[in-house]
Amino acid sequence: MSHLAYVGVLAFILIGTGWLEIAMRTRVYSKWRRLLLSIVPVVVVFSAWDLYAIAQGHWTFDWAHVTGVVFPGGLPLDEVLFFVIVPIAAILTLEAVRSVKRWPIGDEPADEIVNGRRIGDR
Amino acid sequence: MTYTQLALAGVVVAVLVDLFAFRTALVRRRAFWAAYAIIAFFQLVTNGILTGFRIVRYDGAAIIGSFTPTSSPPPFMGDGRIAYAPIEDLLFGFALVVLALSLWVFWGRNGLQRTPYSGPPRIPYPGATQDPRSGSGGE
Repeated sequence: MSHLAYVGVLAFILIGTGWLEIAMRTRVYSKWRRLLLSIVPVVVVFSAWDLYAIAQGHWTFDWAHVTGVVFPGGLPLDEVLFFVIVPIAAILTLEAVRSVKRWPIGDEPADEIVNGRRIGDR
Repeated sequence: MTYTQLALAGVVVAVLVDLFAFRTALVRRRAFWAAYAIIAFFQLVTNGILTGFRIVRYDGAAIIGSFTPTSSPPPFMGDGRIAYAPIEDLLFGFALVVLALSLWVFWGRNGLQRTPYSGPPRIPYPGATQDPRSGSGGE
């Protein structure tokens, strides 16, 4: 059970933000191609950082509390999943803020009115 | 390079990408900072679990702090740590969040699943203002 400690934290993040998709109509999971293309570069860049940090000894993992699935270079699956799930949570949070506050995030055309509010007033 | 140096560089690179590579300028938007405030709070909680239980352990030589948690947990506060985690993690997290959100806005602005936008909320929330379109359903 303790091998699921790290992924348990990840599950907490998924559940803690997943409800926003329904309650706040964030429409993030429904735009799954845009989501996928936003996640992949993050996974690549931060996995590379992670591999360097592991090689340099910046951080280590308690192997009793991770799944035990390890990529070459000593990178635990748990870490890679972190780089997938945290961007999803961040995007859900940003879209939830837009849903509630109707503040623009930058993907609106300059002359468009979004949710009744003119874009341009930050 | 130490984690401290890399984390600082990560923030600089992420902000440069946001401003000049993707030109999303999220760091100049109120929606971004409101979202980041929420994200940072929950980062302190979840990262505190990962570092407080020593699931991830940082080498005292690579961070501002000096403590390496081999046989006992790191300090909750102080010695370069906030909620057990090295403060460098906040920079790491900021860089990660800026990059992810900048990519999200970049793809949307370039026409990849740009619309429908998020909202309106299905549930009441504090400080709600009535949306003229609420109840109109999807698009």
